[in-house]
Amino acid sequence: MGSFWLTGLIFIPLLGALLVLLQNEEGSIWRSAFIFSLLPLAISLYLFGAFDPREAGYQFVEQYTWIPQFGISYHIGMDGISLFLVILTTLLISLSLLYSGGGDIETRPREFCFFMLLLETGLLGALLAIDLFLFYAFWEVMLVPMYFLIGIWGHGRKLYATFKFVLFTMFGSLLMLVAILYLVGAAEKHLGHLSFDLTELYKVPLTPTEARWLFAGFAIAFAIKVPMWPLHTWLPDAHTEAPTAGSVILAGVMLKMGTYGFLRFAIPLFPEVAIEATPLFMALAVVGILYGALVAMVQPDLKRLVAYSSVSHLGFVMLGIFALDPQGVDGAIYQMLNHGLSTGALFLLVGMIYLRRHTREISEFGGLWRSIPIYAAVFMFVMLSSIGLPGLNGFVGEFLILLGAYLSSVWVAAVFAVMGLILGALYMMWAYERVMWGPITKAVNETVRDLNGREIAVMVPVIGLMLFMGLYPRPLLRRIEPSVALLLGRVQTARFEMQTSHVPALASLAAPSQSLNVK
Amino acid sequence: MNPFNLSAINFAWLPILPLIAVSLGAIVVLLVGVRVDDEDSAGLGFIALVTLLAAFILALFTLGQNTESFGGSLAVDDYAAFFEIVIIISTAVTVGMSLDYVAEARLAGAEYYSLLLFAALGMMLMAAAGDLIIIFLGLETMSISVYVLAGFVRRELRSNEAALKYFLLGAFSTGFLLYGIALVYGATGTIRLAPIRDALTAGMAGNPLLLLGLGMMLIGFGFKVAAVPFHMWTPDAYEGAPTPITAFMAVGVKVAAFAGFLRVFLVHLGPVSAQWTMVLWVIAALSMTVGNVIALVQVNVKRMLAYSAIAHAGYIIVGMAAARAPEAGGAILYYLLGYAFTNLGAFAIVIALERQGETTGNIADFRGLARNHPALAAAMALFLLSLTGVPPLAGFVGKFYIFSAALNVGLVWLVVIAAINSVISAYYYIGVIVAMYMQEGGIEIGRMTARPALLISIAVAVVGTVIIGLYPQPYMGAAVNAYASAIGRTTPHATALLR
Repeated sequence: MGSFWLTGLIFIPLLGALLVLLQNEEGSIWRSAFIFSLLPLAISLYLFGAFDPREAGYQFVEQYTWIPQFGISYHIGMDGISLFLVILTTLLISLSLLYSGGGDIETRPREFCFFMLLLETGLLGALLAIDLFLFYAFWEVMLVPMYFLIGIWGHGRKLYATFKFVLFTMFGSLLMLVAILYLVGAAEKHLGHLSFDLTELYKVPLTPTEARWLFAGFAIAFAIKVPMWPLHTWLPDAHTEAPTAGSVILAGVMLKMGTYGFLRFAIPLFPEVAIEATPLFMALAVVGILYGALVAMVQPDLKRLVAYSSVSHLGFVMLGIFALDPQGVDGAIYQMLNHGLSTGALFLLVGMIYLRRHTREISEFGGLWRSIPIYAAVFMFVMLSSIGLPGLNGFVGEFLILLGAYLSSVWVAAVFAVMGLILGALYMMWAYERVMWGPITKAVNETVRDLNGREIAVMVPVIGLMLFMGLYPRPLLRRIEPSVALLLGRVQTARFEMQTSHVPALASLAAPSQSLNVK
Repeated sequence: MNPFNLSAINFAWLPILPLIAVSLGAIVVLLVGVRVDDEDSAGLGFIALVTLLAAFILALFTLGQNTESFGGSLAVDDYAAFFEIVIIISTAVTVGMSLDYVAEARLAGAEYYSLLLFAALGMMLMAAAGDLIIIFLGLETMSISVYVLAGFVRRELRSNEAALKYFLLGAFSTGFLLYGIALVYGATGTIRLAPIRDALTAGMAGNPLLLLGLGMMLIGFGFKVAAVPFHMWTPDAYEGAPTPITAFMAVGVKVAAFAGFLRVFLVHLGPVSAQWTMVLWVIAALSMTVGNVIALVQVNVKRMLAYSAIAHAGYIIVGMAAARAPEAGGAILYYLLGYAFTNLGAFAIVIALERQGETTGNIADFRGLARNHPALAAAMALFLLSLTGVPPLAGFVGKFYIFSAALNVGLVWLVVIAAINSVISAYYYIGVIVAMYMQEGGIEIGRMTARPALLISIAVAVVGTVIIGLYPQPYMGAAVNAYASAIGRTTPHATALLR
């Protein structure tokens, strides 16, 4: 209590967005937007240092009454699950703005910077909200700037892509709203007052049917955002048609809002249903892994390939989450960060080559290694991180997830997921081979210029983090683990209660009130 | 009570001062207008604005009185004051939107502004009605003024058509309402709302004459709030009427009709809600679905907003179907407040795109607006997002409030239908945003600084839409209080139901 770090983190970008609107000169627009994205980055790095790794609960908590009639408060806080996603967000927004100022966005830079900073406010708010109403508000707010980013600065069938994106997401989130309201109504009967506070809603007694429907309401919204197969169809369009910065944020951070939603809301609120649904979600995750990889393999368009690889990678994250054991969930969170870095970097690299050649067709390239070696080397590094080479970040996450899945009740999922890993290496390397190696088949490719200083500056922090997170994951995992243990503690309690309630006589002897609540 | 004992009747003058102020203002406008040319009618508009300001201040004084006047014919409670204030604000914003419009189109300003004020008078009367005759009186005062206003551009065929359709169907629906009132009177022997309520609780709820009367009244109100299947007049009337009047119909008329509708059904027929909530369930589901689905294919923005207004009536009726929920009344009042600002703003932007009273009004006209008039486009985007229900704007919090009331009494499926409808509505609201931000080649409009009154109206709507959504507490408090005062007048216990 008493600190304003998180409020500052959330609203400094909004302030920046409004100030950017007042400027007219293009250079100063980009400069001020970049500076306003550096401030939250600096705050989030400070919070990384100030974060107490032994504390599992929320830190830097702020709570103020907002709408007392509904028990809604402005309640924000940060724990090990959200800490690194916040840093990822602030970092990627800064890098995207830095990159976009270098020629990628030519029209209406003022609006572009406005929407990017507004998006940052939405994303950070959703990650830090502990109040369900506040979360929902930010969850919807972040949709609006992304919709404009794709619709105004996108390519090709951008209107189709942006409509599809918005309608899919809104469909999910409105069902989630209904579920939230129902849950709060049920909680009122239990608590005696209305409350949207997540910490008060954990122990609401629900009938199994109610819990299943409510879980479904949350899970569909989050599964669309992740996206889980078969709800993924908006993703290839949105990712492909979005401007580079949009794709980076969409893949890097926005998809994580779905997986984060499962960890923060769907699973802890309805642990019994999550346990029941484990086989289903693991199966869907495995299908997503394999399907995403197979479809990525046959894409002629480099950006679409990266987009489908996201479906596959997010499948891994979901697999880790629904393993519901420490290794799996730790790995899933780690993999969210990895995917944010590597896919964000891949989209940046695709954007850079598109800016030079105005095409993303793999067949248009070939032999780029000879003409633009720095680009090819950076691409190689990022690709290796993406496919999980030991020593780089991807390996740590994937290893933990597979270990977690193997130790879970549905170990067979791990077996199939390993195949996804192999396919992942295959499609990435094959694409790399066709783009970078061999003779230069198209004359234009000989005169392409290599990365400039600004582009290298964008890639260096990403590469540095990939190395760091691959070689020395301890500082991150140390902060993630306690919060995950707290989360899984809820799941364990629920599992125990489910097992005991299967023996009614025993259960009623042991804990009559609890078994009543569950059954 | 002996009706001939005049001393028993309480003539409290203070509560009707706002009504008197508005009628006096209307008469002054009409008289002064004789000497004013049509091009200079803005001055008359200012008289109307001053009148409304006076009425607004007087209405504030009636807050917290919670009594009755004229032997119960007029309800002097916060419910009436709340609606009077919303109606006064809506009328004032409508006048603001009209100042340049009426002068440019060379409409007869004296009649125009005095009719607006008379319509507002009727609306306020409906809000303060304590018996069925006053409701009817208010409804007719409002309707007849608005029929004329809808056809005000005499040269325009579409305006004539709008007025005629609105008049014929409106008269038809008034017939239903009046017949319903007669039947209810026949069944209960009274036109006062409070005794009707007592009769119902005393076991008359199953009386077929009464039920038939209630059904007829439901149809009458259904017409006025433009709920499906009584919505047929809406698109044509909205499209043809002068745009400020369309805004007035979509906001003022709807708010006032709901004021009467809620007063009769929710407040006084609440005890027998089981008799009518099922009907409202169906009407709500139909209104939302039909309104939103047909809005999808509209190319004219006024027609689109007309269907959107039908859909919004549906959302509000979801709240009425949840009559048993203690927070339903407050939720609806709050929703109407947010809806008023949002919709007035949207229509104000439509007016900004029209010149000389020409009504093209196609969505294609909005193309490229963001490039030439970024502030206008941003305001329109804000209104459309609020109508869609995107937080933290007024439209979202209103929906949220109504949905939670409906879920509280177990109307899960109706809320799911409403949620799916919100997604459908996103498609056409966003279509306008697409045109403004992502397409090129709309119409050219002049500099907005030449129309300061319109700009101020838009600014008021923007501020309302944002503030009511971002910091809803005082407005929710006002809405809940207002509804509680209406309930409290009839049963002292009912206030205990409210948190």
